[in-house]
Amino acid sequence: MEVLAYLIPISLFLGGVGLVAFIYTVRSNQYDDPEGDARRILSDEWDDKPKS
Amino acid sequence: MTAQLSSGTAACPGCIAAPAEPARPVPEDVQIALSLPGIHCSACIANVERALNAHPGVEDARVNLTLKRAMIKAAAETHAADLIPVLERAGYEAHELDPGALSATQSDKAGRDLLMRLAVAGFASMNVMLLSVSVWSGATDATRDLFHWISAAIALPAIAFSAQPFFANAWSALRVKRLNMDVPIVLAILLALMTSLWETALSGEHAYFDAALTLTFFLLAGRYLDYRTRAAARSAAEELTALEVPRAIRLVDGAEEEVSVASLAVGDLIIVRPGGRMPVDGEIVSGKSELDRSLLTGETLPVFAEAGLAVCAGEVNLTGPLTIRTTAVGEDTSLHRMADLVAIAESGRSRYTSLADKAAKLYAPGVHILSALSFVGWYIYSGDIRTALNIAAAVLIITCPCALGLAVPAVTTAASGRLFRKGMLIKHSTALERLAEVDTVVFDKTGTLTSGTPELTNLEDHSRADLEIALALAEASSHPLSVSLAKSARDAGIKPARLEDVVEVPGYGTEGMYRGQPVRLGRAGWTGATEGDQTTAWLAVTGQSPVAFLFSDSLRPGAAEAVQAFRDGGKSVVLISGDTRGAVQTLADKLGIETWIAEALPQDKAAHVQDLSDRGHHVLMVGDGLNDTAALAAAHVSISPASALDAARVASDIVLLGNDLSPIADACDTAVKATKRIRENFRIATVYNIIAVPLAVAGFATPLIAALAMSTSSITVSLNALRLR
Repeated sequence: MEVLAYLIPISLFLGGVGLVAFIYTVRSNQYDDPEGDARRILSDEWDDKPKS
Repeated sequence: MTAQLSSGTAACPGCIAAPAEPARPVPEDVQIALSLPGIHCSACIANVERALNAHPGVEDARVNLTLKRAMIKAAAETHAADLIPVLERAGYEAHELDPGALSATQSDKAGRDLLMRLAVAGFASMNVMLLSVSVWSGATDATRDLFHWISAAIALPAIAFSAQPFFANAWSALRVKRLNMDVPIVLAILLALMTSLWETALSGEHAYFDAALTLTFFLLAGRYLDYRTRAAARSAAEELTALEVPRAIRLVDGAEEEVSVASLAVGDLIIVRPGGRMPVDGEIVSGKSELDRSLLTGETLPVFAEAGLAVCAGEVNLTGPLTIRTTAVGEDTSLHRMADLVAIAESGRSRYTSLADKAAKLYAPGVHILSALSFVGWYIYSGDIRTALNIAAAVLIITCPCALGLAVPAVTTAASGRLFRKGMLIKHSTALERLAEVDTVVFDKTGTLTSGTPELTNLEDHSRADLEIALALAEASSHPLSVSLAKSARDAGIKPARLEDVVEVPGYGTEGMYRGQPVRLGRAGWTGATEGDQTTAWLAVTGQSPVAFLFSDSLRPGAAEAVQAFRDGGKSVVLISGDTRGAVQTLADKLGIETWIAEALPQDKAAHVQDLSDRGHHVLMVGDGLNDTAALAAAHVSISPASALDAARVASDIVLLGNDLSPIADACDTAVKATKRIRENFRIATVYNIIAVPLAVAGFATPLIAALAMSTSSITVSLNALRLR
């Protein structure tokens, strides 16, 4: 059962990463315009750097 | 200026003599919001943003396709009026929105807050559930204790954060010595945590950390659904309000300046152009025109206006520019006095207790008593406080209103979504339940059953020569009657006669010369005719008696269908209008409405609705005018079209977005179905309690059974709600 000593922290850590990623997406307004964002990937106007 | 100088030169006293460069005020960026009802695809987004960003002064423009809106950050001197033509050239319809009326960011904060709590509860419950599954599948001794301790370490902070909305609600109810649905929820969560901690400390077998967390998660999901539905309706309603940017043109020393209505003071001179709405109460100082008072009184006949006439906020100026001296602003205007009537009538709505509240009233004391009884019973029977507390906690958790918490929001979300696609906005959370009870429908006439635009009714009574002259005169004016006359005549293939010197005389009509003879089209008094009780424009040709062009208000699309559907559904339909008897009777006969009341004052309307309610009827009021607002508020449930005045929309529970009235009847059917589903959901939740509660009271409930029962009932309830789509 020693394997639990690794597995439990790993599973908690991975879950935590998911949670932090979700909180980041909420904080950075990524759910404000779901419909528009779905269409924007089809736009031809793109460049190689993120919009500041 | 002096302040700027001193601050600019304070650093070096020696420089005071030097000509200081006046510190240029940093131009502040303005935020402009535009509504773009026509956009629908990625090409639209790109075109709109490209067009806006190319405009000088625009710093950043971003389109939100979900809200069909563009937010623009621009330099201070940029106005929305400059940007709208830019978009129109690009082929998009655009309207200015008042950023002050859009509190999108603020309401969004509440939604984000709930979403965050939901995420934390979801994350924590999944992890704890994973550990619990290992316990249920046979982990024992030290392993089980370790798993319980880890669960506790996750559950305690997670619940402290995510269950806060419930704690706050329960506390505010308890403080005024009342019970709501949140009190048993909070009690169950806290008791579950406490006994589980205690059990864990004594290396006991059962811990309910997972139950406490899933409970929080499911309940938060219900809250979030509820919030989302109302937020969508709220933002659409806000947009309707924001479309009316409150501006007025003020005359200062002969110069015109555009100011916000809020900054007007009594005694100010303002100009109202043809087509504009009076922003304040006042008295006409100069100018002649006609006023459309239909939104205030329901009258369809325009009123002649000249210097000395008192005007009220909300009236529409039709033909000539008017200069008005303000006599009342803001709170004192007749518009606001009407709003006071609404405040008095408002009590009608608050009398209604929602189905959820009714359920909570039965439910909350019930579970508390049951849980207390099982605690006392087991304590007497076993003498062991630990066993007794464990069982009391199990009873509270098992009865906890997971399914009850989801029963109403899941159904209203599905029903509101369905109605939204048909163009109806549900503003009030219990509007659907109240709509389902309706047995009497009261309609307003002008602007509700009719579209408020006149239609020529006796085209064929006139000679071709008269029509040609009338068409030529009508085309010189933008008065609604002229526009309608011109359209009907053109459609009938009439060509305008050749006239000379055609001029519009504001407030009276248009005149010109036809073969050397003066001809006039306009008001009765001006053309030498006598006034009738129907909307009429008179044509006077020298040497002939004046001829009448009769108009009636055209029906709104779907009005006949809606009235028919209500009558087929066994509801009584009533028509109450402020308009004249003749006009109201004609419309009532056309639609087959048997009960109608004409020349009703705003108080009469509200009193009649109140009277119907007192006789035990549930009244649905459909109206758009200021004269309807009190009745809208007094009714059991109310609907107003999007074209209605702001005050009327605020007073109503449901806003009809499209021009078509027929969805109203559908809405009633959907509401009845939704209420049926809500009751079904309550029944499902009860059945599950009837099975699970005896198990819990008898002491057979394990955390596994609690988790299974909770999840299955919540999922059943949600699936049942989805059947409504």
